[in-house]
Amino acid sequence: MAAVSQLQRQFIDYTTSLYNEGYLDDQFTQLQQLQDESNPDFVVEVVSLFFEDSEKLLNNLATALQQKSVDYNQVDSHVHQFKGSSSSIGAKQVTNVCIHFRNFCEAKNLDGCLRCLQQLRHEYILVRTKLEALFRLEQQILQAGGSVPVME
Amino acid sequence: MGVATDSQFHVLAVDDSIIDRKLIERLLKTSSFQVTTVDSGSKALEFLGLHEDDEINSNQPSVSPNITQEVEVNLIITDYCMPGMTGYDLLKKVKKSSFLKNIPVVIMSSENVPSRISRCLEEGAEEFFLKPVRLSDVSKLKPHMMRSKIKETHHHQQLQENNQEHHKQDQEPIEHNLLESPEVESQQSNGSKRKSMEEETLTRQNKTQIQWWPYCRFD
Repeated sequence: MAAVSQLQRQFIDYTTSLYNEGYLDDQFTQLQQLQDESNPDFVVEVVSLFFEDSEKLLNNLATALQQKSVDYNQVDSHVHQFKGSSSSIGAKQVTNVCIHFRNFCEAKNLDGCLRCLQQLRHEYILVRTKLEALFRLEQQILQAGGSVPVME
Repeated sequence: MGVATDSQFHVLAVDDSIIDRKLIERLLKTSSFQVTTVDSGSKALEFLGLHEDDEINSNQPSVSPNITQEVEVNLIITDYCMPGMTGYDLLKKVKKSSFLKNIPVVIMSSENVPSRISRCLEEGAEEFFLKPVRLSDVSKLKPHMMRSKIKETHHHQQLQENNQEHHKQDQEPIEHNLLESPEVESQQSNGSKRKSMEEETLTRQNKTQIQWWPYCRFD
């Protein structure tokens, strides 16, 4: 069916662009390779957990940085968690911001931390938007009766 | 006969991150291992039948009478950085416990800190994986579990023989000089000071906790 192959082409192109533009790294491919007929929703499930966790962390970070006396260890521990989870799903840009963020925590640099938080939120929303678009494409392919291409 | 299939291997995975727990579970299941995941070191110890505040050393024959390690754990894979009990703390407790110390432990960490790695290996960890963990890492686990099984099998065979001789006596230290068979590779990691079996006091209680497996051969 022409529609299916078109969608599949779109999927491949979109995924490739996400890698090329640095939103995703090889870890995302690893996740996709762990998905199979017995666990057809694995990637969506893990990524959904990531979304939930991230939103919680962003709120915690905002709160922690609003305190009169900022506890930088606490802030760092949230960022560490965020760094870990983003790295586990391959959200490269988010991980990179976390690395810079941790440096500002160590230096107890409030301005730096606040800027990083803003950047983190921005990168997170970007990758979330892109992943949601990718999952929608997948759904369209499946609904049209096709199979989702496996990226190597 | 006697080849242990992968479905017999049970891994206990410890990680405070729900994302990483899901990931490690999938990696382990894809590799045909049975998996239990817990979110903390203390829950891991609970699952293993060890109570956190018990001082376990090889002089004490047992822990609380409630222990039944009903499900055998063949390997523990744990995150290093966890609130409360770290993976390193967990490793130490396992290695100090007379009935858990033969369970291979693998540490995972998102941070590549050489001193951390060597500390873990010295304390008896079999491997140190950098996160995110991959299938290629998980493929390294089986040999450690198989080695452990052979050791336990020899252990158990020895116990059986000894118990036949000493069936009238309740608690008796068992001689282990016959355990030093050449096929059984003693689990030495870098600089680890693992106690030799001669120092261990095995009682009937411990014996019931060791499940017997057919001798397994591997290439």
